[in-house]
Amino acid sequence: MNELSFLGDTMRQLLSGVPLTVELTIISVSVGGALAIVLSVLRASFAPFASFVRFYVFALRGTPLLLQMFLIYYGLGQFDTVQHSVLWPFLRQPYWCAILALSLNTAAYGSEIIRGGLQSVPPGSIESARACGMSGLLLYRRVILPLALRQALPAYGSEVIAMVKSTSLASIVTLMEISGIAYAIISETYRALEVFLCAGLIYLVINFVLTRAIASLEVWLNPHLRSATS
Amino acid sequence: MPTYLTLVGFGPTGWGWQLLLASWMTLSVSAAAFAIGLVCGVVGAWAKLSRSPAARRAGDAYTTVLRGIPDLLVVYLFYFGGSEVLTSGAKLFGQSGFFGFNSFMAGALAIGIVSGAYQTEAIRGAYHAIPRGEIEAARAVGMSGLLMLRRIIAPRVLRFALPAMGNVWQSALKDSALISVTGLAEILREIHIGAGSTSRPFDFYITGFILYLVLTTVSGAAFRATESWTLRSERRP
Repeated sequence: MNELSFLGDTMRQLLSGVPLTVELTIISVSVGGALAIVLSVLRASFAPFASFVRFYVFALRGTPLLLQMFLIYYGLGQFDTVQHSVLWPFLRQPYWCAILALSLNTAAYGSEIIRGGLQSVPPGSIESARACGMSGLLLYRRVILPLALRQALPAYGSEVIAMVKSTSLASIVTLMEISGIAYAIISETYRALEVFLCAGLIYLVINFVLTRAIASLEVWLNPHLRSATS
Repeated sequence: MPTYLTLVGFGPTGWGWQLLLASWMTLSVSAAAFAIGLVCGVVGAWAKLSRSPAARRAGDAYTTVLRGIPDLLVVYLFYFGGSEVLTSGAKLFGQSGFFGFNSFMAGALAIGIVSGAYQTEAIRGAYHAIPRGEIEAARAVGMSGLLMLRRIIAPRVLRFALPAMGNVWQSALKDSALISVTGLAEILREIHIGAGSTSRPFDFYITGFILYLVLTTVSGAAFRATESWTLRSERRP
């Protein structure tokens, strides 16, 4: 087989893995992001949960994601209670285990990023909201979270890029996304360099598009920082 | 059914020694990767800070590409592609037969080159943090080139880059788990074998979890101690 047709063929096979990579990223970033907001608000406002959240973040940031995925996928089956629970149909599938591991992992990193955002909310804004009579959830929904999330967005963008890269670990628990297909082609043809170039290119394009999207989201969310002339 | 402690303990049926050895392997492969990354990082930062546009572009390409693709792919490239390159390289020198990286070298190189991309940014940031006045002062007393690098720039960069380097070390330590796909007997690999050969997968994985937590916590504390040691001469607020 000549070089160009091999590259074209490899590219075609790898591209068929893109939907799964994107799907894993979108689901785990959304679930993990929601969890991250809950965790960071709990840590900031509800003292009894603070040490739990601190431990959660410490444990998930201090261990490799691949180990967390194995712990969920291979480890949980040891217990009969898990095997007989209603969750077992989900927990025995690599797809849901990968999503669970990715979401829990990104929630730990994300909650630290949002915590930074929460700390940057000016106390004056919170005071004036309280003076208007807002409290509790309303205060969070209308004032604190919008300001905090806007502040956290640039750092959160890097976390989303990291998640795209992390979805490649799902291939080790047998999901055939881009890296899984790349591994299959490499072990079939032993042409690691060519396959690496094609797969790498796909990931770079995905991450480039994401970086641009996040940058324009940032511009859109910060109208007060745009220059007056534009 | 053995208790948890006999399972992971140092008894005749326990996995204690294997796990201890595996932890040592994780530490040494991560340290090798970090050292390779330091070399790449210094070269990368030098390229990105250089006056030559070609070197700057090469540095940019290095950091963009290596930070944009999954580490797992880089590990595959070095493990599978390394033998391809070495075998054809050996042919040029008249050696026939198969040559390959062993999994330690392939893994350390792969994680090291990824780590180098992050270290490049850490070192570059640290260089920019050096007050311009210090460099001007060094020039004014007649230092130039290498002497200034050795006496002023390198010590300052080391100090400013240390916090970021601590983070890079932590991710190299965690990324070293990916090397388990090449069969290197580090923590995750040993744990995986243990989980597969007994009926106690959870016990093994949670043990691995604890081992990694110990490694990251202890080395994190070491980095923080070094950091405060280097800051002892800085002005305190």
